[in-house]
Amino acid sequence: MAVSGPVGFFTDTSICIGCKACEVACKEWNELPGNPPAFLDSYDNTGQLDAQNWRHVEFTETVPANRGVIVQPTSIAGGQAWLMMSDVCKHCQNASCLDVCPTNAIIRTEFDTVFIRQEVCNGCRDCISACPFGVIGFSEKTGTVHKCTFCYDRLQAGMQPACAKACPTESIKFGSLPALYKVADDRLALLKTQGYTKAQLYGRDGSIYGGLNAFFLLMDEPATYRLPEKQRAVLPDRNNVPGYATGVLTAAAALVAGLLSFRRRRMGDAAAAETGEGVR
Amino acid sequence: MPEQLVRAPGWEWWIIGYFFLAGIAGGSYAIGTMLRLWGVARDEAAARVAFLVSFPVLVVCPVFLALDLGQLTRFWHMLVDAGQGGLAFKLWSPMSVGSWALLIFGAFSVVSFVEALALRGSLKLVVASAVARALSGGFGRAWNVAGMLFGLFVAGYTGVLLAVSNQPLWSDGWALGGLFLASGLTGAGALLLLLVRSRAPAAASEGAIAEADRWFAILETVLIAVFLVSVAASGLLSRLLDPWWLLLWVVVAAGLIASVTHDRWRAAPRLAPLLALVGVLALRAVIVLSAQL
Repeated sequence: MAVSGPVGFFTDTSICIGCKACEVACKEWNELPGNPPAFLDSYDNTGQLDAQNWRHVEFTETVPANRGVIVQPTSIAGGQAWLMMSDVCKHCQNASCLDVCPTNAIIRTEFDTVFIRQEVCNGCRDCISACPFGVIGFSEKTGTVHKCTFCYDRLQAGMQPACAKACPTESIKFGSLPALYKVADDRLALLKTQGYTKAQLYGRDGSIYGGLNAFFLLMDEPATYRLPEKQRAVLPDRNNVPGYATGVLTAAAALVAGLLSFRRRRMGDAAAAETGEGVR
Repeated sequence: MPEQLVRAPGWEWWIIGYFFLAGIAGGSYAIGTMLRLWGVARDEAAARVAFLVSFPVLVVCPVFLALDLGQLTRFWHMLVDAGQGGLAFKLWSPMSVGSWALLIFGAFSVVSFVEALALRGSLKLVVASAVARALSGGFGRAWNVAGMLFGLFVAGYTGVLLAVSNQPLWSDGWALGGLFLASGLTGAGALLLLLVRSRAPAAASEGAIAEADRWFAILETVLIAVFLVSVAASGLLSRLLDPWWLLLWVVVAAGLIASVTHDRWRAAPRLAPLLALVGVLALRAVIVLSAQL
């Protein structure tokens, strides 16, 4: 299914069943190493996105209260929800990682996705410090950083990303962004009519890093999924001006300090010369 | 509110060491230039010591940086776009700007190093003499001033680099650039005091350098307060004040007190500058590590 122009993922968490088929498909296609067996405090035994996990089904087990969340309890789980979200690199329009990368290893592709050129990355890890979603991981094996490539190789071959292809419930939808926006808007409207008052789209508009090419339909507030709220979704380069300005002010103060300390002696010596004491 | 998902970059001792040495190298060059610009004739010997210190310390910096990289042999990718060709330069990325500043400051530093060696009579090469002659007049002062500007940048941009991230603590500390600059100057002043003390003729400048270092330490203290207030405003002060970090803050405080009271350490004159240097290192360690653990 070849698409042209900006592409994206629309991940509808309301129909994610936590099967992790996306994780497995991602690992298989991208030949990522498996994880050592781990029993975390949850059905989640992947833990996090990192250099070898580019899809992560996050289980949020704080069940929201019925009051105010679900007007008419569904027959599923007694009207309660167990939040699952297949997390992935957001491929931000204003990408913090791309912003700071000093080597230009991180680029925006012709599909409008964010891609790390492995042959250019030197493993400085500045992108890790900048990513607000904790997506990028460092691999000791390659000495470089890794994250979801949006299956760049598959896109170039006119195929859809492996995770979207494998998702049995179509929670992960792939397509051109305008088409995905329409699907997402319709789905949200439907959920609202069903009483899911907290349902919301995350990254659909430009309020989060200028818009996310991998955007989500959430069933609760972003903070519940440990995603930054709109107010906290800010680029690292916001600190350039105050950072350098403080440096300039400090440099000016330091020069004054030097002037006071060193010039005073010169003036002292001049005064001594005038009174005939001479310079030591 | 649950904390958002950010991952620590894993910058540890190579980077802390680099931040420390960059501060010393840039600070030394700046102090050497100030001694030449505003000092008396007998300060020239101390100024030469400052230039002789700056370059060897600076040489270690790229080594530490390269050792921290995942791909050591790709250090040059900081300067050249290995994928598409051309230069790799991003004005809005402190790491990119800093890499270039390090290279340019290196040029100023090595030339002033050679000049200082030639003026001391330690290097009798024709090229060295030519450098010393070229830098003997107004051009030399202009060279020093330009080098000082790059030196101050190298000493301070490391703090901006931390602030220009999305890591809690660092991104809240917009004063880090100024703080690392002031701290680098304090450390450089302390190192020069160690080197010029009891060594004529440079020892003649000891009092002036001690006075300047006192001012730098006061400036650093003010900026630490600004940094702590900015972090407190974000509600993250407790992360800086865990017991282990408190221990490092005590070392930082001891170093600052030593810098302010250089002239009162007559019984152990080398101890105060040493304490000040350890304090400068501790400041970087506590700021770099506390955000990542």
